[in-house]
Amino acid sequence: MSGNSSSISKPPSVDPGAIHKDPDMVIFGFWVFMMSDLIFFGVVFAIYITMIGATAGGPGPRELFDFGSLFAQTMLLLTSSLTVGIATITMKHQRSQGSFLFWVVITLLLGLGFLTLELYDFSEMAAKGGVPQRSGYLSAFFGLVPLHGLHVTFGCLWMLVMIVQVLMVGMTDLVKLRFLRLALFWHFLDLIWIGIFSVVYFGGWVYG
Amino acid sequence: MAEKSGFSVHLRTYLTGYVLSVVLTLAAFWAVPAVGRENKSVLLLVGLLGVAQLTVQLKCFLNVTTQKEGRDNLALILFSTLILLIIVLGTAWIMGNLAMRMHTTM
Repeated sequence: MSGNSSSISKPPSVDPGAIHKDPDMVIFGFWVFMMSDLIFFGVVFAIYITMIGATAGGPGPRELFDFGSLFAQTMLLLTSSLTVGIATITMKHQRSQGSFLFWVVITLLLGLGFLTLELYDFSEMAAKGGVPQRSGYLSAFFGLVPLHGLHVTFGCLWMLVMIVQVLMVGMTDLVKLRFLRLALFWHFLDLIWIGIFSVVYFGGWVYG
Repeated sequence: MAEKSGFSVHLRTYLTGYVLSVVLTLAAFWAVPAVGRENKSVLLLVGLLGVAQLTVQLKCFLNVTTQKEGRDNLALILFSTLILLIIVLGTAWIMGNLAMRMHTTM
């Protein structure tokens, strides 16, 4: 009888945090986050598509887009996707901490270069009257492209935090797992960028 | 030594993905001005090049596989893509139809 009551008062002990310690589950969970972010981007893409042509007499894609700068941004982001991948395999194959940090810093610089060009583009657009409040089309444009830029900004911030963590605590398992998620996030941002230059820039230019 | 060869195999996967992505990007940036905006079908080409590049990057950069150990990820990605397509294509369809019936240009 006493045994029975104790089994009722004490359910089998389950560690609710255990799932957070399984690396495969952690990575899978991050994929779930990225896919929810993908749906979020999808909605904003859908708004942009319906707004193509809704320029209300203001400047449109043909007046505003700079394809030279767009190509440079695309190459910077694509190359940074490669360098974050090289950092990942440097980490997986336990190369020196120095070479790992070298590739992370290169990625960070490429990301910052991308953001610099993007902000320069936005200022050029604003100088030609292409500001978000001008038309529905421009509101949709500035709702989507800077949303991606904001993701890149937070990716850069995350990279800075990772550099500090590696310097302070070294390449512990936790730090490695965090960096794996950062690398996934960074690759994912390049996937979104493919959609942006195809739909927003080329689609806008052809149909706008 | 085994460690070293694993490293170069991974590196080669990333480099292959990078070179293919650069080629597909160049093709899109070359095709659009070459064909011009009068021929709207250039967007179909841009779309195909984009999907090709997405596939290359998913395979080479994000290591998404059709192997058994990666099935959960693949199922998640395919389901999310389905939802994405319903949202985006559904919106474009309905709003495009509305614009046509209201005689507004889109």
